[in-house]
Amino acid sequence: MTKSHITPVGVYVTVFLALIALTIATTLISRIELGPFNFVVALTIAVIKASLVVWFFMHVNHSSSLTRLFVFAGLFWLAIMLVFVMSDYVSRTWLPGPRWL
Amino acid sequence: MSTTLPRPQIEAVNYLNVDYSWKSWLFTTDHKRIALLYLFSITAMFGIGGVFAGLMRLNLLFPDGLFQHDTYNKFFTMHGIVMVFFFLVPSIPATLGNFLIPPMIGARDLAFPRINLLSWYIYIAGAIITIVAILHGGVDTGWTFYAPFSSSYSNTHVILAAIGIFIAGFSSILTGLNFIITVHKMRAPGMTWGRLPLFVWAHYATSLIQVLGTPVIAITLVLLGFERILHAGIFDPNLGGDPVLFQHLFWFYSHPAVYIMILPGMGVVSEIVPCFSRKGAFGYEFIAASSLAIAVLGFLVWGHHLFVAGQSMYASMVFSFLSFFVAVPSAVKVFNWTATMYRGSISFETPMLYAFGFIGLFTIGGLTGLFLATLAIDVHVTDTYFVIAHFHYVMVGGMVLAYLGGVHFWFPKMTGRLYPENLARLAAVIVFVGFNLTFFPQFILGYLGMPRRYATYAAEFHTLNVFSTAGATILGVGYIMPLIYLSWAWFKGPRSPQNPWGAKGLEWEQSPTPPPTYNFDVPPVVTEPAYNYAGEVDDGGH
Amino acid sequence: MADTNVSAAEHDVGLKHHFDDSGQQYESATLGMWVFLLTEIMFFGGMFGSYTVYRNLYPEAFASTSRFMNLTLGATNTAVLICSSLTMALAVRSARLGAKKKLIFFLVSTLILGIVFLSIKYVEYHEKWVDHHIPGPGFHYDLPQYYHQAQILFFLYFAMTGMHALHMIVGAGLLTTLIVMASRNRFSAQWNTPVDMIGLYWHFVDIVWIFLFPLLYLIGNH
Repeated sequence: MTKSHITPVGVYVTVFLALIALTIATTLISRIELGPFNFVVALTIAVIKASLVVWFFMHVNHSSSLTRLFVFAGLFWLAIMLVFVMSDYVSRTWLPGPRWL
Repeated sequence: MSTTLPRPQIEAVNYLNVDYSWKSWLFTTDHKRIALLYLFSITAMFGIGGVFAGLMRLNLLFPDGLFQHDTYNKFFTMHGIVMVFFFLVPSIPATLGNFLIPPMIGARDLAFPRINLLSWYIYIAGAIITIVAILHGGVDTGWTFYAPFSSSYSNTHVILAAIGIFIAGFSSILTGLNFIITVHKMRAPGMTWGRLPLFVWAHYATSLIQVLGTPVIAITLVLLGFERILHAGIFDPNLGGDPVLFQHLFWFYSHPAVYIMILPGMGVVSEIVPCFSRKGAFGYEFIAASSLAIAVLGFLVWGHHLFVAGQSMYASMVFSFLSFFVAVPSAVKVFNWTATMYRGSISFETPMLYAFGFIGLFTIGGLTGLFLATLAIDVHVTDTYFVIAHFHYVMVGGMVLAYLGGVHFWFPKMTGRLYPENLARLAAVIVFVGFNLTFFPQFILGYLGMPRRYATYAAEFHTLNVFSTAGATILGVGYIMPLIYLSWAWFKGPRSPQNPWGAKGLEWEQSPTPPPTYNFDVPPVVTEPAYNYAGEVDDGGH
Repeated sequence: MADTNVSAAEHDVGLKHHFDDSGQQYESATLGMWVFLLTEIMFFGGMFGSYTVYRNLYPEAFASTSRFMNLTLGATNTAVLICSSLTMALAVRSARLGAKKKLIFFLVSTLILGIVFLSIKYVEYHEKWVDHHIPGPGFHYDLPQYYHQAQILFFLYFAMTGMHALHMIVGAGLLTTLIVMASRNRFSAQWNTPVDMIGLYWHFVDIVWIFLFPLLYLIGNH
């Protein structure tokens, strides 16, 4: 990673426009009834937007692989927490046992 | 061990005598001075936590108790809070880690010295707030703060204590952050990852846990605090909330936290055992890798604290299996330490006595953890003294012994003095005997059904409780002895030579005793592997 | 690791004593800020986790609360923050170029956009207060069968957006500090690390909102 890297203004503006476009898209799509896919689509668009910010605005495109590893690790750990906690709630009704609800 | 050298006419300038003013201590950015600041504050907090332990054991001399039950609840809560958050979590990293990591890797200081000082001030702020909570009547929820008792029913200073812990958490995060960047960026030429002392590997793994886990308890305490004020019901079943959610969030940090507590101790043992066996660490890569494995796997097992709480049986089975799995890297370490000693030239200085104690007691504690990880057994022994004995074996028999061993091992490096060896050995034996007499009966008590966190108990448990209290008294003596003789030796002990133990490692071989402010007179370049006790004994290590 | 290719004169600008060279110092700072952002991911993660749990438990109650999320203000705020991310990235770029006037311009723009965000947030919170949707003794909900669940969901709404707003306020303070430092010529093309680091922080706070927006305002919108 070199600190002297200067990203052209055009790149930033393009990313900005993409983010705005995705925001408009996600807002409009939310008005359409898609069942469970509303959630999937909205989260997917959010992930894309976040990735654009991380990759371009936060300069991860020019960062060391160590930095990228750290970013990945943070997201992975968040996933551990969400997945394991939800696995409890989702599976409470699968096997007979004391029920909370 | 060598005798005293002729006292030099002019003592070399080192980090201790370079400036005696109080400002130079309170505004220092020297990691070694910050380590000592932590050492004094952590010792003080250990004393406070110990007082509560003493009061508990006093109460438990009598089947009908001695204190009011609400008061007893406050004792075990404050004992837990102070010991966990203000002693065990910071102890080795903030004292020995802060002091030793830069010289061990050949650096002049940590990556962020001012953040290091900030982390101490944050620790002090958290400690003061918690002490204020104690002085105003304490907390009675248990250090685990389970909702909805803590959020809706307890009449004690929950929020104040939560704030103290929240603040102390930042100290832990900043220490971990500093260590991670330091190990990545500040190593001397030739100090490759494969030559890092195992102490450094252990602290790197610890720092990962500190950074990834501590924020979760921070947000948990914030949510708890707001719930206590607003009663929205997030953890209250009467209001549609789930108390088990609190437990999930709490233990997501608090289980990895126990690995924050034990990994540095394992790092200390990994330094002591090769030195006093005159042999390279057997299975260096395995010990290093097992530290990382414990850090990662430790995040996947927290549900074993929720087996009887109402967690789904499916999730409980997964957590139980993973809890068995996390024991494997710890066992790997024990095997490797043992193999290091095999055919080594073993001597029984105080640090080695503590290391032996660690290996034996940690093994017992760890194995009883497997009992608890077994779903069917846990139903029987959960919330009994079996659990208490288990975690005190790993935390006191493990961590505290490692802490004392490390303090003794590096005492000459930190102070330039030698402590009285025979007295120290006696203290180590007293600690070992006192500890076992205190906590072994508790395994039996727990198995027989004595519940934890009760101020009274059935008459049939009386004898074992008396043994336990007697042991606690002996253990207390064992703790006070080093407090006295180490303080004495700091000022009056014989001067230490450069390397009294003949240990390998940059901190012993290339950094003066005690070190100058920037650790090295000449920037070191590393050319040999770690623990290169070559030629002394045939080792299986590298 | 990286080549910094600086001259001997540049080498000493802002170099702290314990570092070997400014490249090492800069990389350390960057990694350090990323590690801090990891802690923030986990901090917000606890709230996202709680939110997920209760959305999963109470889907109908959740759907009923989405009526009260002001989509216009939420979407506007999203656009405001995205603009502020652009200006922040341009500020960092200006700092790397040593362009002081542009740096200050973009920092001030970011700060103003941040204040706009917080103002809109205030309007939203005020709406909630008027509707008696702030959890606590004053809470009221028009559908009694969802009273408790709605209170929990609004509690999480305020926890998440409130914590986000708190981070914005801190960010505004940091930006102000940067503006003052920049006007005092503290930054140059050789040394502008604080701008870089606070830029990373600001973008992170933007990313949190990028996730808050769909979860709180969009799901259940139809």
